[in-house]
Amino acid sequence: MIDYLPQATLLRLLAVLALVLVPHFLRLPVWETAAVLSVGVWRALAALRQWRMPPTALKVALTFGAFAGVYASYGNIAGQNAGVALLTIMLALKLTEMKARRDVMVVVFLMYFILVTHFLFSQEIWTIAYLLISAVAITALLAESNHPGIALSPKITLRLGAIMIAQALPLMLLIFVLFPRIPGPLWGLPADAGAARSGLSDSMSPGDIASLSQSDEVALRVTFDGEPPPPRARYWRGPVFDFFDGRTWREGFRGRDEPPPTELLGEPIRYQVTLEPNRTPWLFALDLPALASLPENSRINVAYQIIVRKPVIERMQYSMTSHTRYRMQPELTEWLRNAYLRLPKNGNDKTRALAQQWRAEGLAGEALVQRALQNFRNEPFFYTLEPPMLGRDSVDEFLFETRRGFCEHYASSFTVLMRAAGLPARVVTGYQGGERNEFGDYFVVRQSDAHAWSEIWIEGRGWIRVDPTAAVAPERIERGSARTLGALDAAADAMSRSWNWSSIKYRLEARWDFVNAVWNDWVLGFGPEKQQEFLARFGIREWRDMILALTVGIVAMLSLVGLWALRRSSPPPVRDRALKLWLRAQRRVRRYGLEPRPAEGPRDFAERVIAAQPALAAPMRRVLHAYLKLRYLGASAPELERQLGRAVRALRI
Amino acid sequence: MNEREPLKAAAAKHPASSLSRPPTQFFKIILHPLATAQARIDAWVMARVKRQPGPIAVSRHRVYIVPTRYGYGFAVMLLVMLLGAMNYSNSMAFALTFLLAGLGLVCMHHTHANLVNVQLRSGRVRPVFAGEIAHFEVLIDNPAAKPRWSLGLSWPKQPLSEISGDVPALSYASLTITQPAKRRGWLPAGVFSVATEFPLGLFHAWTWAELDIACLVYPRPAAAGIAPPASSGSGGLASGGKAGQEEFAGLRNYQRGDSARSINWKSLPKQRQPMVKQFTETLEQELWLDWSALPQLDAEARLSQLTRWVLDAEADGRNYGLRLPGLRLAPAHGENHQYECLKALALFEA
Repeated sequence: MIDYLPQATLLRLLAVLALVLVPHFLRLPVWETAAVLSVGVWRALAALRQWRMPPTALKVALTFGAFAGVYASYGNIAGQNAGVALLTIMLALKLTEMKARRDVMVVVFLMYFILVTHFLFSQEIWTIAYLLISAVAITALLAESNHPGIALSPKITLRLGAIMIAQALPLMLLIFVLFPRIPGPLWGLPADAGAARSGLSDSMSPGDIASLSQSDEVALRVTFDGEPPPPRARYWRGPVFDFFDGRTWREGFRGRDEPPPTELLGEPIRYQVTLEPNRTPWLFALDLPALASLPENSRINVAYQIIVRKPVIERMQYSMTSHTRYRMQPELTEWLRNAYLRLPKNGNDKTRALAQQWRAEGLAGEALVQRALQNFRNEPFFYTLEPPMLGRDSVDEFLFETRRGFCEHYASSFTVLMRAAGLPARVVTGYQGGERNEFGDYFVVRQSDAHAWSEIWIEGRGWIRVDPTAAVAPERIERGSARTLGALDAAADAMSRSWNWSSIKYRLEARWDFVNAVWNDWVLGFGPEKQQEFLARFGIREWRDMILALTVGIVAMLSLVGLWALRRSSPPPVRDRALKLWLRAQRRVRRYGLEPRPAEGPRDFAERVIAAQPALAAPMRRVLHAYLKLRYLGASAPELERQLGRAVRALRI
Repeated sequence: MNEREPLKAAAAKHPASSLSRPPTQFFKIILHPLATAQARIDAWVMARVKRQPGPIAVSRHRVYIVPTRYGYGFAVMLLVMLLGAMNYSNSMAFALTFLLAGLGLVCMHHTHANLVNVQLRSGRVRPVFAGEIAHFEVLIDNPAAKPRWSLGLSWPKQPLSEISGDVPALSYASLTITQPAKRRGWLPAGVFSVATEFPLGLFHAWTWAELDIACLVYPRPAAAGIAPPASSGSGGLASGGKAGQEEFAGLRNYQRGDSARSINWKSLPKQRQPMVKQFTETLEQELWLDWSALPQLDAEARLSQLTRWVLDAEADGRNYGLRLPGLRLAPAHGENHQYECLKALALFEA
């Protein structure tokens, strides 16, 4: 026998397998997708045309080939991506050998397992629907495979699968809430676990930030405790760069990595941040965060950026307090001052010349800054999302030739000008602005809000933020990035209840973002702290209480399911009252050892009873008479039923 | 013959309170704890199964349920998923794991409910000859409004002998289990199990039942060879030419002792061997199959030979009677008479 399964079941198995593997096709290397698809198609044809299965030698060769392919693509056969790839290709190869029931069960269990691996990559809210549909399909397939002989029709198996999954759902919710959560990884995570790297990078070249301006991906969501700060104060500090090689800015060596002495002034602003995973060790906070309010395992580095010990590979929530007025590092050591003045030996000569000219005019400190900003305002500079490419002398080309650029061009050239003029300066990247979501009363900061600005240092006053973009395109700062621009108009339309497409779109998107935020917060963020917080409302604090509640809950729900199942297995309840009474009469007569024979009608039975027990003759005759009238002669008088009832009760010696 | 003896012997082999266990048994318990536990349970239950004429109602109390190999595998898979979810702190992975755990628990009830409340009745059992296979038909009644899927009948300790079928709602289904019939006489069906693993194959629910059905096993007919004895009374087969009503009833092969006058010469060229004309006489052609006509054989061989003669006589269309020590069946013809004769031969006690 080639196949354990009948042909129809096998084809359905391939269909369900396709359903389960489709999301992985976008993540796997192309050769693997092609291989899996071709194995699936071949298997379907083999079932339809009765082809033979490949010999063992070929199967072994394919297995080795699979291992080799995965190793070649990922450099590893362990780890999240490589592991998933290996599992997928093994499942596909298992299709070539399904001789016994054991093989089929292994394939189905592997399908369940592959469902889990999807969630390592994406846990968005629509995945719940995908989860349920796939679970029902796989369960239906499993039911079909356990029916030897002719395949069951899909209607029956799908219905059965849906009923079972529906009955398992309340159990799932109960266990999800009550199962004690253990913090942290049990044995550590592989190097490539969690989300892929996104957003800001640890270097800045012309065009980097512009490329992020197209991305709608959410970087973080913020909820302010009190009045949110105005847009021009909403700067979210990210990586700070101080080493320039003529084109690219990087983090240089800064000596001891401690937070610089800083004085925080003014009113504190409190807020909570939900940071999307970005695979970097950076946490974002409003300039400048207070040291005391830092989350666990994080610290502030010498450039006043918040660094965590491990990269953020899953969504993270933290509370923070910031002050928008501050005096950061009023003193700089000689060594540091030189570091912040350093420029490459050659290149960008015209820029240096211009800076020297301003120095020669006697400008220093604030005046220098104003002169540079004036230069941006007066000369024909443009702020554009698609700046032209720059060559080796990027700053020169930008300042004197192209004069079209995005925030990183302005920040970079401004910083170079300041350094050339003898003012310590550095480039700060991060996010600026954020779009308000009216439904949830929070702000969404997207990758398109990525921004680069500059900081200059003045003796006694410390580092001062200067954003050249504000000189050229102030509306970017006041009203946010181009996308936000559109959203604000749409929000205005929505508020004024005008029904054009953009306002509808805005409303839907805002609602959807809100739903997503709640989903992220309560379901995906349901860790040990959230669980404790939630269960404390019901008085369950210790994990012992959790286990107890869980056990009681499971037993209660399962008894309900058991009762339902037993009722379905019992004979349908008799509704006809006359028949019920007749059956009761039979039960009474059974005491005297008289059972109705299978083919015996009521009259014959009654006669047999009277013959065996003459004492029951009179009541039995009354019972028979009334019953026959009710059941067979269509009489439906309640009086007759009562008569029957009385007669039945009288059935005793 | 007490049919329970083999069972009791088996139960005696593994006494529950034996102080000195042989070493092989000890290893069996270590290596296959679940199998030995299940075997013990089965032995205990089977010793208490009562033989009933049926219908046997399979009630809740009589249905046992344990996880199958795949059930344990499923549990292991869930454990791995759970550890993975805990390691990655992935809520959706937790959700799927708990959903499947719920599914497994719910499946237990479904499998149990698939078997509970069916009724078992005996169906038809045709008599067979020794050496052939006896077929026991069991009718399964489903009084519920939902159909039963994949109910399997099998003999104890013979999982490969399982015959499965579905029972539609409010109806019945017929399943036939077979057993080789080795000896003549009554072959009771014995204890069999009705089991199911539907829907998900994670749990095995079963019950033991013994219906009061038995198969009548006739003795194995001997090979053709020895001729039946010449009949007593006037008018033998090879008399030929006798006055009386004679009907031509066909040709048969020439046998030594036949008169030459009864040979049908016309058919000789065609058949190439002499054929003898057969005549039936309605009156005095009796064939008595006698126990005492075979002194050279032992009892069983005699019964086999008599069986062969009965079959041949019936096939020839002759009246035949059976004479056994303590039994005398008058000559007759027909299926009923054949049945009576064969039954007598089957149940004969020397």
